[in-house]
Amino acid sequence: MKKEKKMKLSLPEVELMNSGHMACQGCGATLAMRFALKALGQKVALCIPACCWSVIDGPFPYSSLDVPIFHCAFETAAVSASGVKAGLEMVGDKETTVVAWAGDGGTFDIGIQALSGVAERNDDIIYICYDNEAYMNTGIQRSSATPYGAWTTTTPVKHFKNRPKKDMEAIMAAHRIPYIATASIGYPEDLVKKVKKAKEIKGTKFLHIFAPCPPGWKSQPEDTIKLARMAVQNAIFPLYEIEWGEKYTLNIKLKEKKPINDYLKIQGRFRHLTKKEIVFIQEEVDKKWERLLLCVNGSK
Amino acid sequence: MKKVIMGNHALSYGAKLGRAQVIAAYPITPQTQVVELLSEMCADKSLDAMFIKVESEHSAMAACLGASLAGARTFTATSAQGLALMHELLHWASGGRLPVVMGNINRAMAPGWSIWSDQNDSLSQRDTGWMQFYCSSNQEVLDTVIQAFKVSEKLLIPSMVILDAFTLSHTYEVVDIPDQKKVDEYLPPFNPSIKLTPEEPHAFGGLTSPEHYFELRYKLQKEMEKAPALIEKTGKEYEKMFGRYLGLVEKHRCDDADLILITSGAMGSTARIAVDELRKEGIKAGNLRIKVFRPFPFEIIRNAVKGAKKIAVVDRNISYGHHGMFFEEVKSALYGYSDGLPVFGFITGLGGRDITPSTFKEITQYTLERDKPKEEIIWIGVKL
Ligand SMILES: Cc1ncc(C[n+]2csc(CCOP(=O)(O)OP(=O)(O)O)c2C)c(N)n1
Ligand code: SF4
Ligand SMILES: [Mg+2]
Repeated sequence: MKKEKKMKLSLPEVELMNSGHMACQGCGATLAMRFALKALGQKVALCIPACCWSVIDGPFPYSSLDVPIFHCAFETAAVSASGVKAGLEMVGDKETTVVAWAGDGGTFDIGIQALSGVAERNDDIIYICYDNEAYMNTGIQRSSATPYGAWTTTTPVKHFKNRPKKDMEAIMAAHRIPYIATASIGYPEDLVKKVKKAKEIKGTKFLHIFAPCPPGWKSQPEDTIKLARMAVQNAIFPLYEIEWGEKYTLNIKLKEKKPINDYLKIQGRFRHLTKKEIVFIQEEVDKKWERLLLCVNGSK
Repeated sequence: MKKVIMGNHALSYGAKLGRAQVIAAYPITPQTQVVELLSEMCADKSLDAMFIKVESEHSAMAACLGASLAGARTFTATSAQGLALMHELLHWASGGRLPVVMGNINRAMAPGWSIWSDQNDSLSQRDTGWMQFYCSSNQEVLDTVIQAFKVSEKLLIPSMVILDAFTLSHTYEVVDIPDQKKVDEYLPPFNPSIKLTPEEPHAFGGLTSPEHYFELRYKLQKEMEKAPALIEKTGKEYEKMFGRYLGLVEKHRCDDADLILITSGAMGSTARIAVDELRKEGIKAGNLRIKVFRPFPFEIIRNAVKGAKKIAVVDRNISYGHHGMFFEEVKSALYGYSDGLPVFGFITGLGGRDITPSTFKEITQYTLERDKPKEEIIWIGVKL
């Protein structure tokens, strides 16, 4: 008898996100949630502060997710999750994984105080930041995750963002939490693996997911995955892990680090940049990459 | 068991006897002893609760909300600047129908830095949808925390149990600490019908269109309207079990009074002393202490002042550009019900300036000398 060939899926089959959500076409944040939930499974509770995701999920009385959600105040994602975790434990549920799910604004800016408190105490939650590099919910204003050179409505072309993106991983590493990882919707297997790993670790876990946003980046919806992969390949957003603030591991190694030009070119938010500015950005990316390699090599 | 304890510890014992399950709090003078004692109780396991030692009051309230949504009984305590920092989340608690119970020590708002008593901190939060209980003794503080859990959890509306800085918070009084078994009988465990759990996934507090929001707020108000009767009912139950009634107001010699002094908080006991002294001088004064400010006890106040000829409301707070806040509220309660009864509005004791029996005598004299108030605000004790 002939052996039946079975197709092997590289991602968990479970689907906890449904159609009918409110995201734009080509939304990276939406894919991030879909993949994360595949890894987390059903026994999870989400705390979502103000961000695109507080809209994407759908208006009352609908929800596009098959998991419970606490829509919490903008600056409180991390500690809301700590509260939920404590509450669940006290009513006898010690299994449920509690996840804070916030945008870059809710993480890098307004929510950083509560997040720092949670991380310092090493509360047992997973914090996931999906990063679309600006305040998208309120119409594309700069955040401290907006990269150097980018246009937003509060960093107009004549006065584009002239400070680098905040190094959130370094800040989290300084808290000596058990697990930090960057991930990308362009690398779903890596993303799922990291979320699963985080789920098995006790203490505060911080995941930072790169999530392109066509309206905010002035890019084409069909380029979302491409942009996410390019950002890894050109080291603008390298994929790595940090354990206990010390042990760095690079997950996607680059045989050949690509130049950033092509990546910038297909996004309207960078269209105004001159050659000189692009050279400057490239230099900064190179320096940051070298610094990361030093950490990775130093960990061996 | 009787113990001599400070007002702050009365809050801690209230939370312990109420079997709070999650506590999240941040220290601020004059509240610190509340959380210090609770930390000890959690550490030595005399209280089976998780204490989340947050980095701010803002996070304290946020953590309480998360825990409450998960179905746990939650408690926190703060004062002044800390309460103001929580403001956004106070709306979150009531709007989310999360029955958190919080102690607030009345302390004046900075600047200039003041750690002394006045009510502007809690009264600035009057429209956040919390019930507010202003206590006048340490015993009442402890008892009210237990009652507040019961009322809050029944109505799904949060409660603030309020006491004056130092006059209560740091003053030692004899307090009867009820038996845990009896408290358990009075206050069953918190068991909300809907909560955050993967067993039954709901989304709480998401985007709510004009099609639905209005009714959610209507329902909050309708439940709030049930609170006065429920407070009286649970107050009577408490009296039956523990011998102390917990009502909406406290009346002292009001029934035959010509002049009723309306007060709140710890100055209530000072007013009672003043009333007794005034009676000796032949002045028929009485004291009505408003304990519950939200929901405002319209009915009982209207009835209490029926026989009086004049009312003097004494506020340790101010709504700038308007009046003292109890004065505003009393007038609005009496409007159309009191046949032109003159109501005088006094402000005194801001920032912890002492309020003594002679303060009330001055107020009484002013009121007796005039048919009607001539000023919007009558200031007592301002030194210019
Ligand atoms: C205290 C407070 N300030 C401001 C806002 C308005 N607000 C809502 S979402 C948002 C930006 C969110 O940005 P980010 O966290 O990056 O998420 P994104 O919308 O990009 O997904 C802002 C400023 C708010 N809800 N609460
Ligand atoms: S604005 Fe961007 S992040 Fe928000 S839903 Fe649209 S694509 Fe997604
Ligand atoms: Mg964003």
